[in-house]
Amino acid sequence: MTETINVVGFDIGTQSTKVIILNGNGDVLARAQVFSGFDPAQALKDAVQQALKTANLPQTSITSFTATGSTLEESPYAATNVSMMSALTKAGTHFFSNAKTIIEVGAEEARAVKCDDRGVMVDFVVNERCAAGAGAFIEAMARALEVKMEDMGSLSLTAERASSINATCVIFGESDVVSLIHKQEPKSEIARAVYDAMADRVSAMVHRIGVNPEVVLVGGVAKDIGFITSLKRKLGVNVVIPEFSEYAGALGAALIGLTKNNKAVNKN
Amino acid sequence: MTQQQQQQEGNAFWRWQEYSRVLPGKSWVSGDVITAGVDVGSVGSKAAVLVNGEIYSWGITRTGSNSPDSAVKALNCALKDTGLKQSDLKYIVGTGYGRVNISFAHKALTEIACHAKGANYIWGPQVRTVLDVGGQDIKAIKCDDTGRVVSFLMNDKCAAGTGRGMEVFADLLKVPIEETGEMSLRVTEEPPSVSCTCVAFAKTEAVGLLRRGWSKEKVLAAYTKAMAVRMGNLIKRVGLEPELVITGGQSKNIGVVSRVEAALGVKCLPMPNWREGGLDPMIAGALGAAIFAKALYDKNQNTQQQ
Repeated sequence: MTETINVVGFDIGTQSTKVIILNGNGDVLARAQVFSGFDPAQALKDAVQQALKTANLPQTSITSFTATGSTLEESPYAATNVSMMSALTKAGTHFFSNAKTIIEVGAEEARAVKCDDRGVMVDFVVNERCAAGAGAFIEAMARALEVKMEDMGSLSLTAERASSINATCVIFGESDVVSLIHKQEPKSEIARAVYDAMADRVSAMVHRIGVNPEVVLVGGVAKDIGFITSLKRKLGVNVVIPEFSEYAGALGAALIGLTKNNKAVNKN
Repeated sequence: MTQQQQQQEGNAFWRWQEYSRVLPGKSWVSGDVITAGVDVGSVGSKAAVLVNGEIYSWGITRTGSNSPDSAVKALNCALKDTGLKQSDLKYIVGTGYGRVNISFAHKALTEIACHAKGANYIWGPQVRTVLDVGGQDIKAIKCDDTGRVVSFLMNDKCAAGTGRGMEVFADLLKVPIEETGEMSLRVTEEPPSVSCTCVAFAKTEAVGLLRRGWSKEKVLAAYTKAMAVRMGNLIKRVGLEPELVITGGQSKNIGVVSRVEAALGVKCLPMPNWREGGLDPMIAGALGAAIFAKALYDKNQNTQQQ
């Protein structure tokens, strides 16, 4: 008789913490997402409890915890840490077995992983030092435009052209947006310029490791239709986006946990 | 009124004082060669007037949304109380990021050449490294004993280390920008710096620190240090030669200056006492442009005589 296996994967992001629970077959039992805020350890606990409740499982039924994203000073769970790159590779190839380039755009960072035919990571690139290539850029520009973040994408799609803004710095971009508003440029054209600018930055980053189809886009910003449209135009290739793209890191971590677990079981 | 306008007009902590100065004991007579330099920067527009190649007056104003108007405003400010009219100026050189829009200038030159030349005039021929901290970019310039540029590096396209970054913090902390320097030094111990690579991230970090109970002074110290690290790195990349001076708006920020000195392990050449008769390091670009204007005028005269 085999013991029931359930694994938890979590991804502590700068904006939100994502938790996923898988059973031994790799089926998703629950997902939960909580705003990281100023106490990421508490956010993690909340998210795990939420997911356990959804899955209707006690914490004791969890075989292993695997963590990715930011590291906590004191983690509430005895988790194995895996790098975000490994988690993304795992998740990307799990979604699409042909995935060769996996791009993740989060609130404060952006990353891209290149993998070979067997789904093994061969190269990666990260931007975590400049807000201009991450979700924070869209957020700041939405604020300057006085448009809700979730409305930015659809607004940008109504524009036929893009305004010209400083694409390389959030701070300068904000002042540019303000002066464009004073010049009465349509907000839709400014919004499109924001996405084009961000797509420029992300595309330049990805080009450093090469753009090999199939290209997978994940992370919180992968849900933004404005960004997706601009990035596709910029990269000139199709970009596939899995459902629940923001959980890619957590899913990858959970899958790695599961693989390790299976290996350990086989050894015994 | 939009939210932005309210922010700009309501909490204008980034605003600094405009002023003009005519140097005491100096005058001009008909027949003197009077030249001017106008430096239209992203935040400040500066103009300097020379009489026979010697500094006579200057004006410092805030740049508006329109470069041509800002240039006129700066020049009029420098001509205030001098009895001079624009038509008395024999040659005008424009510089700064808005230089191409100065309609009345005879020639436009890059602010890099002008800052080196101006620094050479203000501090003398020993100056070898000039750090110009403008509103929208920072430049590290190496020059020879005549103020000629040998090499330079600049950081544009990113607000880290620029005056704009300090404005963001002045607004965040609700501290007038002219007080940020002194205030950043009122800490018993220098705190670790916040992110020195991105103002947006530094701002997020600062909000977190304030929430954790850090004083404004401490947060300002942490940010000023981040700026200084950024500036220090730029200077190191161009190659530091110890006769260092700082020009541009942030040269007046004692917190920035002292931390750049600490980061590089050298002292800047003494800052002129601009409040009491000394030259203002903020006019270095305009002053350099006016010096070039004099040289260009003389050259034209010589060619005409031949």
